[in-house]
Amino acid sequence: MSEQVLEISGLDAHYGSAHVLNALSASVGQRSTGIVGRNGMGKSTLCKAIMGITPPSARGSITLDGEEILGRPSYDICRRGIAYVPQGRRIFPSLTTDEHLRMLSRSLATRGQWTVDAVYDLYPRLAERRKVSAAMLSGGEQQMLAIGRALLTNPKLLLMDEPSEGLAPAIVEQLTETCRTLVAEGLTLLLVEQNLGMATAVADRLLVMVHGEVALKTTSAALLADTDAQRRYLGVEPTAA
Amino acid sequence: MAIQTAAARRSTPRPRARLPVAATAAVLVGALGLLGVLLQAFDKGLGTEGNVPTFILITLNGLTLAGLYFISASGLTLIFGLLRVTNLAHGALFLLGGYVALQLVQDAGMNWWLAALLAMAASGLVGLVVHQLFLRWNQGQDLRQALITIAVSLILADQMLARFGATPTAIAPPEFLAQPLSLGVYDLSYPRFRIAMLVAALAVGLLFWLVYTRTRVGMVVRAGVDDSQMTSALGVNVQKVFAIAFFVGSALAGLGGVFAGTALSLAPGQDQSFLVSALVVVIVGGMGSLGGAALGALLLGLVDQYAGAYLPAEYANLSALLTFVLLAAILAVRPTGLFGKAR
Repeated sequence: MSEQVLEISGLDAHYGSAHVLNALSASVGQRSTGIVGRNGMGKSTLCKAIMGITPPSARGSITLDGEEILGRPSYDICRRGIAYVPQGRRIFPSLTTDEHLRMLSRSLATRGQWTVDAVYDLYPRLAERRKVSAAMLSGGEQQMLAIGRALLTNPKLLLMDEPSEGLAPAIVEQLTETCRTLVAEGLTLLLVEQNLGMATAVADRLLVMVHGEVALKTTSAALLADTDAQRRYLGVEPTAA
Repeated sequence: MAIQTAAARRSTPRPRARLPVAATAAVLVGALGLLGVLLQAFDKGLGTEGNVPTFILITLNGLTLAGLYFISASGLTLIFGLLRVTNLAHGALFLLGGYVALQLVQDAGMNWWLAALLAMAASGLVGLVVHQLFLRWNQGQDLRQALITIAVSLILADQMLARFGATPTAIAPPEFLAQPLSLGVYDLSYPRFRIAMLVAALAVGLLFWLVYTRTRVGMVVRAGVDDSQMTSALGVNVQKVFAIAFFVGSALAGLGGVFAGTALSLAPGQDQSFLVSALVVVIVGGMGSLGGAALGALLLGLVDQYAGAYLPAEYANLSALLTFVLLAAILAVRPTGLFGKAR
């Protein structure tokens, strides 16, 4: 299908002798796709493989708009249009808020609608804290910064790994709202989440990962209705929509 | 959010104050040393007959030597302190820069400044080749990097010995810096070139600081040092940036060699002694801290000169040891160096 942005097929990854991704195949279309699954099912490894971050070394195929990106260096994958909001946010403690945005290459930060000012418009809170060392920001502010710097690379696809982790429920709600707005404005989002509430609120399509494979392809509405699948794949007590 | 900030506060615990024995001893040793120097310097009053003129010259020697230490250590601050590449060939690159400038000035009759620039480029290029061929495959492997760079420095040192011989030689300074400068006090005069060396050190430090704190390149280097994977995932070719930084660090080693060769002289063995002093400066100042390197160089330069001049005659041969007493004293007070951050 030509409207698929990212196609993953037969992706294998090992950490030492642990087989983390097992011939995983998935496709990510326009708008928003969620990947859910329990801890240790290979979700973060999948993100790293897409982003070209080693270890692990992965084999198989990942194509972005039809072009193979597996095996390419991270910076090249970013320049081709995938932006990454990593698990744990990975803010640079030596840089201020503003420097996080200014350090990005001009060619990336001017190739689309996202500019430094646009990021500050999206998150006025960051503008207030622009001279502050990023290590001093709160968890919610750091998450804003991680998203802001990713958007500033003007990606075709935004890849978010567990963005709700460690955030207070009110902040998660704001984050959910931001994600929905971004998708409504035309961004393609691949959201990896443990928080089923957030994943289903943001993503239309859902992929459920079990033991390094996609065990179920479904939609948010269908998964919310299927309490049996929630219990079986995610080990959670059913969530009311 | 409240939970987050509380966690952040908890992660920087403040140790309860105990009586810091090692620190107190270190401060006492330092104070006693300084007191001894000042007592001798002002012993016979402020007149021309007294020791003050000598003290001024020795202090100037210490300050300008500190400038030289800073120039050669600033490159190591970048390579070893920031990029965490254990580069024990820094001294060899230092001496190489000196010899290249010597050849260009003495044999080719080139202008000193142009020769210095070419010598920097030569040291930078050799450093870059070593980095690309051997070191970048061993990122984070300190022991391998140490062995590789020791090997490189031995090979380079022997090649230089074969080519330039073992006789100490000095580079002729640029003409307008060759004459001594009258200081205007006690009829003293002082070599202009050594003053220029101090000015050059300040310029290198200022330029380094501006690039590091104010430019995109500086931000990228800091980000890359914090988390190179994440920096790369933001579209930055970190390996390229690190290679450029390695080139600049090696070129600064070469510049140090040119200054040393002009103010002092070039001889086999200087590569090792300047490597050691650069390491002491970087470690005393705190890994990766530019201000720390400046202060470390200042301390090392002054201790070196004062020890040579003011130690009682029967202990004069201990003056070289004092460098390491300084290192031990500072690390006793601040184990991560003066401005170092714990990692």
